[in-house]
Amino acid sequence: MKESYLDNAATTPLSPQVREAISAALTLYANPASLHRPGVEAEKQVDAARENVARLLGVSPASLVFTSGGTEANNLAIKGFLARSRQRGRLVTSRVEHPSVLEVFKELESRGYEVLYLPVDDRCQVQLSALEEALAEPVKLVSIMAVNNETGAIQPIKEIVNLVRAKQPEVCIHVDAVQALGKIPVRPRELGVNLVSISAHKIHGAKGTGALYADRRDLLLPLIHGGGQEAGLRSGTENTLGIIGFGCAAREAEANMAANQGHVTGLRHQFLQGLQNLPCKVISPADGVPYIVAVSFPGFRGEVLLHALSAYGVYVSTGAACSGKKGQMSHVAEAMGLDRETAEGLLRFSFSALTTEREVEYAVQKIRQVLADLSFVRGRGSR
Amino acid sequence: MTYDKMLLRFGEVGLKGKNRAFFIRALAANVRRALKPLGQDFRVSTPYGRIFIDLPGDCDTGAVVDALGKVFGLVSFSPVVQTELTLEAIAHAARQELQADGLPKTFKVAARRSLKTFPLDSMELNRELGGILLQSFPGLKVDLHQPERVVNVEVRPEGAYVFSRVFAGAGGLPVGVSGKGALLLSGGIDSPVAGWMAMKRGISLEAVYFDTPPFTSPRALAKVEKLAGILAQWAPLNLHVVNFTPVQRSIMEHVPEELTITIMRRFMFRVAEALALREGALALITGENVGQVASQTLESLRTINAVVSLPVLRPVVSLDKVEIMDIAEKIGTYSTSIEPHQDCCTLFVPSHPRTKPTVAQATEAERDLDVPALVALALEGTESRKLVGNLSVL
Repeated sequence: MKESYLDNAATTPLSPQVREAISAALTLYANPASLHRPGVEAEKQVDAARENVARLLGVSPASLVFTSGGTEANNLAIKGFLARSRQRGRLVTSRVEHPSVLEVFKELESRGYEVLYLPVDDRCQVQLSALEEALAEPVKLVSIMAVNNETGAIQPIKEIVNLVRAKQPEVCIHVDAVQALGKIPVRPRELGVNLVSISAHKIHGAKGTGALYADRRDLLLPLIHGGGQEAGLRSGTENTLGIIGFGCAAREAEANMAANQGHVTGLRHQFLQGLQNLPCKVISPADGVPYIVAVSFPGFRGEVLLHALSAYGVYVSTGAACSGKKGQMSHVAEAMGLDRETAEGLLRFSFSALTTEREVEYAVQKIRQVLADLSFVRGRGSR
Repeated sequence: MTYDKMLLRFGEVGLKGKNRAFFIRALAANVRRALKPLGQDFRVSTPYGRIFIDLPGDCDTGAVVDALGKVFGLVSFSPVVQTELTLEAIAHAARQELQADGLPKTFKVAARRSLKTFPLDSMELNRELGGILLQSFPGLKVDLHQPERVVNVEVRPEGAYVFSRVFAGAGGLPVGVSGKGALLLSGGIDSPVAGWMAMKRGISLEAVYFDTPPFTSPRALAKVEKLAGILAQWAPLNLHVVNFTPVQRSIMEHVPEELTITIMRRFMFRVAEALALREGALALITGENVGQVASQTLESLRTINAVVSLPVLRPVVSLDKVEIMDIAEKIGTYSTSIEPHQDCCTLFVPSHPRTKPTVAQATEAERDLDVPALVALALEGTESRKLVGNLSVL
């Protein structure tokens, strides 16, 4: 069966080089903390990977903490900072963050923290005026994602940082850059942010590896205690294979960012051309990353289209899915003010550097076919 | 504690007059099948109207107990020690057996001597063994009326049997003795319970699931397979997965929205009946319940029922939801049933379903549908497979 994998925002396949790097490391079994020769060899490779990831971010290797992924990096950033900081003030985030940020804040709210969720406009961008208002009161932490995972919208991080620093220079700023890494430059020092979360498997690395950048080690307390790995901020024997793969993926991402951007912009253009004349609305903002295209097919249920496409080997996602139970809209769609019909018809198509024009062509062909096959259901069974 | 045999007791089976031998044979066969996954050689014999299992020396009694707990038709069972026909040997086994689950405070001995040449009769055995046990365990007392443990001793020509532990069986009738029924299985809470209750009455199941890709996810099908696998732990069953999408499509194209659920259910009954007849099943079994949701009215049940002539068994018809949930919990289907994958019944609910549809209205609504052709199409798109109880499906 022909296949077209357009769910790269969920996860990307390993790149051939990453696969090779990990395969080559499969025999490297020693614990990087061990004092003997193979241990030292493993440590060297982890350090080399750390350097590669650091170079992609333009930071020093010592400012990176490897984690089990983006979720842990976000948790460590927010909870680790709050455990350490004695500052007073509110916590500020946005309504369109990933659940690994939103759910942390919800939990903190239940423990008495005051959290402000900034609204977004119809292009999924954080409203700076709301942030400005929020800064009239003492703020302790600002956590905003760089690129939205459901729409690809790029948040104005530089403007956010400028606003925050002008009013309250001491505020800690965390950026969830999981969807931004490799797609747009993520340079914490140039941005002037304190904490940045990233993940390997969104840039053709392996699942189970991520990292948190922290501009100062003393900003955080660890969530996981033990053998003192990662300078005490994240104990546990390193995921050597995952980290080595991450290093390789980071090196590739750095070298190819501009070329990939060009390739994927072409794919997006081809895709949107292909959708012309179909009963659909593009929800992603035109100035977002080209890698993520959210499209609504009003009158259809996204989930039904997804399964129909899946039967043809076209793999997509419903965004951060309506979790099955009726009436539950994606929180991003809701924050953007989409009507229910548009929100229920949402599909997310996401590309990567490895996506081919043939895949996009095949997907377009099958989208057309599925819409025709299912036209009898349009506007029914959706509530 | 190692046991030599398992003694199985059956209640209702014994009441079945001339059919008795047939029932016992079926029960013994089901017991053999239940033990098969344990991978050992268990000899199952049926002397003088009882069922005994020979336990190999290295067998895991706990695993046997778990397996037998899922055989319908068994009232209870006991692991038994077999000894030589001497008082010393019997007393030794009785001492061991009394301590098996921790020493009780009170006990009695219940001896039965069928071997009339044994020197002590039943009463004498009770006295002798009681005395020996009292001497062996200071502090232990005899209580003839409400003892904590009863040490049973049976003296037979082939040896003496000693047992005191009694495990409750699943009750009911051996699956298969009542014939076959076609269960309309969804991913919900009620239909697996209905199927289980039907099995308990000796009915073996032909489970029928109506799949409507792409309106339902492959995970919804996987969930139903898992539920059927759980039911198959009690007895093997066949799962028939019907591709219902073409029927669903015709209904959506030609039937007024407020009647789509009624017509859909009528088609499910028709297809299930056709499958039942093909498989030699004599009844349909559903998880329907009166009044649980708006469409489960008597009017609705009648209008749906009107399209089939096989009897429709509704084991949970009058149970409260919590009662159904309790059974689902007990048989292990509940946690799977509440996984959030919609089946088509919940996906296609119109905004205002007709709660009291009449037969005339339903017939009228089906006017533009080629009913026999659609049923044939659904049968053609049916995949069947046999599921055998296997804990690995969990």
